[in-house]
Amino acid sequence: MQLDVQLRHGFVSRARRGSDNAAFSLDVGFTVDARALALVGPSGSGKTTILNAIAGVFTPDQGHIRLDGMTLLDTAMKINVRQSRRRIGYVFQDGRLFPHLTVRRNLLYGRWFAPRYEHGLGLDDIVALLGIGHLMDRNPDALSGGEKQRVAIGRALLAKPRLLLMDEPLAALDLERRSQILTLIERLRDEVGLPMVLVSHDPGEVARVATSIVDIRHGRLGSIRSMPNAPSSTVASESAEIIHLPVGTHRSAHFRRSTELREVPGRP
Amino acid sequence: MEMLTPEELSALQLSLKVAFSATLFSIPFAIAAAFAISRLRFPGRSLLDSVVHLPLVLPPVVTGYLLLVTFGRRGPVGQLLESQFGIVLSFRWTGAVLAAAIMGFPLLVRSVRLSLEAVDLRYEQAAGSLGANPLWVFLTITLPLTVPGILAGAVLAFAKALGEFGATITFVSAIPGETRTIPVAIYGYVQTPGADGSAMRLALLAALVSILALVVSEAMARRMTLRDA
Repeated sequence: MQLDVQLRHGFVSRARRGSDNAAFSLDVGFTVDARALALVGPSGSGKTTILNAIAGVFTPDQGHIRLDGMTLLDTAMKINVRQSRRRIGYVFQDGRLFPHLTVRRNLLYGRWFAPRYEHGLGLDDIVALLGIGHLMDRNPDALSGGEKQRVAIGRALLAKPRLLLMDEPLAALDLERRSQILTLIERLRDEVGLPMVLVSHDPGEVARVATSIVDIRHGRLGSIRSMPNAPSSTVASESAEIIHLPVGTHRSAHFRRSTELREVPGRP
Repeated sequence: MEMLTPEELSALQLSLKVAFSATLFSIPFAIAAAFAISRLRFPGRSLLDSVVHLPLVLPPVVTGYLLLVTFGRRGPVGQLLESQFGIVLSFRWTGAVLAAAIMGFPLLVRSVRLSLEAVDLRYEQAAGSLGANPLWVFLTITLPLTVPGILAGAVLAFAKALGEFGATITFVSAIPGETRTIPVAIYGYVQTPGADGSAMRLALLAALVSILALVVSEAMARRMTLRDA
């Protein structure tokens, strides 16, 4: 995935008398060629705003966003591709499952809009991959945080996005769930070949997933780094696994369950 | 309770017909108005908000009079409707429906609007990220999440339509079987010597229908919460 982002936006703050907090402004630009990009940095530095801009939920005052040569946004040329046409999946921190639909109907929501070609992960594949078969007829509020997040990831994948955005997808989860979903994210990166942009506070998570890291500080670019994350596990991801202890068993279980998935041709 | 006379029965049937039609007829308009007021930004927005709420603050007789002036056979809209579509509203039951719908409209819009504003925009963003266009998002996410407010507003509007008197009698008068709804009939019986029994029976009937509507709405609300939980 080649991602070229240039954003400038001034946020009008509700000025409090006596506080010299200037209005927050975002002014960042970066170009990366990465399979998985992580946006890191302190809270409130504008990481989620960047994700929202890529998704098309938020339009900045000025800037452009290009993904693999396609312009999604260019304020100078008055181009702003509508969110529903960008085909960018978004896994939110809070899941955001539709409360009035069952898990199954949540998963299938994007079905009408997804192109029929491209990566061949169907409902059954996704359900097996995420281990959510027993939840299909439940309502979202009967799910735990980890279950919700897995369904949210599945829902995004079934819409067949060309890019997957994830905003702290693991923040609400306990350690064990965290490592399960991390393993899943790695597999999406390596086996499905789905490009992704991740916002995270957790260094272990970033080390395992990211192939590039963009550091955002107070609305400005801090640094850009490349990570040696290869398709198979690397030193970095192994060490992260040791920290997160109970990973091994889940990991092999996941791999066993879906050997057929590897034959699915990955997207370039 | 004694049996109803044919006259009283026709008032009851007419009231129910008028109230049901008025409620059903106004729901789509109320959703559109609530959506425009709460979601869209356009120059006449606060004017629209005021006009929608006007029937709430105007004396009903004034609303009825304005309806007569506008939708009467000599009124600009009334003439147009009659010559183009053959629709006559004044002194017809359809006119009573219009009067009742307009009187209940602010209540319905308020309820729908509150419910619409309570819908979490983040669900709509999530739907958009799955490829749904704005119209589809509205139909499959926003509208279903607004249903409790629509139902609550519909019950209010129905109750208001059942009790509507001032605008109705001004606009469409009190023609038995055509525009003489329960409240109008009660007023008539009270004015007529020796018709106290009819007035009392209709009053009890009005109370009964209102309580029934309330019970139905409670049951609906309970079913909604059960399904959501």
